[in-house]
Amino acid sequence: MTAEDVIMKPGTARQYHTGSWRSRRPEVDKDKCINCLFCWMFCPDNSILVEGGEMKGIRYTHCKGCGICVRQCPKDAITMVEEGEQ
Amino acid sequence: MGTEYVCSESEHSSMSMCIGASAAGARAATATASAGLAYMWEMLYIAASMRLPVVMTVANRALSGPINIHCDHSDAMGARDSGWIQIYAENVQEAYDNSIMSFRIAEDAGVKLPVMNCLDGFIVTHAIESMEPLDDEVVKKFVGDFKPLHPLLDVKNPHSFGPFDMPEYYYEHKYNQQMAMKKALEVVRQVSEEYAKISGRKYDLLECYRCEDADYVAISIGSTAGTMKQVVDDLRAEGHKVGSVKVRLFRPFPFQDIAKVLDGRKGVAVLDRALSFGAAGPLFADVRTAMFDNGSRSPAVNYIYGLGGRDVGVEDLKRVFLDLENGTAETVNYLGVKL
Ligand code: SF4
Ligand code: SF4
Repeated sequence: MTAEDVIMKPGTARQYHTGSWRSRRPEVDKDKCINCLFCWMFCPDNSILVEGGEMKGIRYTHCKGCGICVRQCPKDAITMVEEGEQ
Repeated sequence: MGTEYVCSESEHSSMSMCIGASAAGARAATATASAGLAYMWEMLYIAASMRLPVVMTVANRALSGPINIHCDHSDAMGARDSGWIQIYAENVQEAYDNSIMSFRIAEDAGVKLPVMNCLDGFIVTHAIESMEPLDDEVVKKFVGDFKPLHPLLDVKNPHSFGPFDMPEYYYEHKYNQQMAMKKALEVVRQVSEEYAKISGRKYDLLECYRCEDADYVAISIGSTAGTMKQVVDDLRAEGHKVGSVKVRLFRPFPFQDIAKVLDGRKGVAVLDRALSFGAAGPLFADVRTAMFDNGSRSPAVNYIYGLGGRDVGVEDLKRVFLDLENGTAETVNYLGVKL
């Protein structure tokens, strides 16, 4: 980072773990999930893991626990759980 | 030099465009006034904190309400703390000269801050005055080519402008802006000296008119400093030892220059064409701060004047000096207000 607040290389947000902000975490029930990927589209922190067109879970290093994915999921497949609870 | 003129749907957008264009690697400039400047508010701070050398002319006009389109300095004084360098012109010649110098000041490697070029709305912007322009070639050579430091369009070296800045570094970036302002004091002086070589017109941070042996000094900004010269001449002809100081550079504020020029006066009047409600004039606050350090503690008073374009003539300004001499001024006075 320069004196003028310019970051001289791309993709550095990856190094900033917004997951530490979370007080509640989203958990997915894959039995209900239809892989529509709405959660992936709306997640502001790029924390929905997708492989081969399938929703594969949540990247907790960057998920800040905002709950947008829960609101967007048409199948109620994601629920928020208090951190520290199962 | 290819120039593209872009229309925007609002002032917030026009400043945003300047920020984008400047970060991308272009030399960007715009102009506004009054409520337009107020509408840019959020983006003014962003241009300054991103250290983009945007240049903007501001025709100083009153802010609503009551709605009014005429001259006062409330608009630019309101943007005083936004991190922009502010230069004020007395007349059209100075406005022209300042606009040329602005690019050099803004783009200086030690500064990299946006510059607001202020001139009195209507009084200067809508009046006919003669002026001497320079040849285009001379100006081009003086201003030089724009060399952006980290152009966003340098796609081979991608980098991020304006990222999220948490408590760990935000404060340091603000401190850096303050250091750049400090540097700007020197740079404004240097660029002004260089400009004198191509134009024959010499500018400094302040302009003192018949101050050398003056007992009483009035300080003002903008076109009023021109009227002041007439007032000083008239009063000097009658034997009054008076002088006038014009503040050309308001941000960064030339504290030392002010302290020096006001040292040992019998009385100082600070004229503000803006008012910080519940306090006094913004120029007054800074001038008194500067004087606090000069040891002599000359009595200083404030005159609020000319709000919303209220005309201020030679006779009104004479009264300022006579009040000073007679010791009849209050700490804050409202020149010409109808009560
Ligand atoms: S809670 Fe928010 S950040 Fe976390 S995965 Fe859902 S949308 Fe993304
Ligand atoms: S929004 Fe719900 S159903 Fe769609 S992919 Fe995400 S978890 Fe699965």
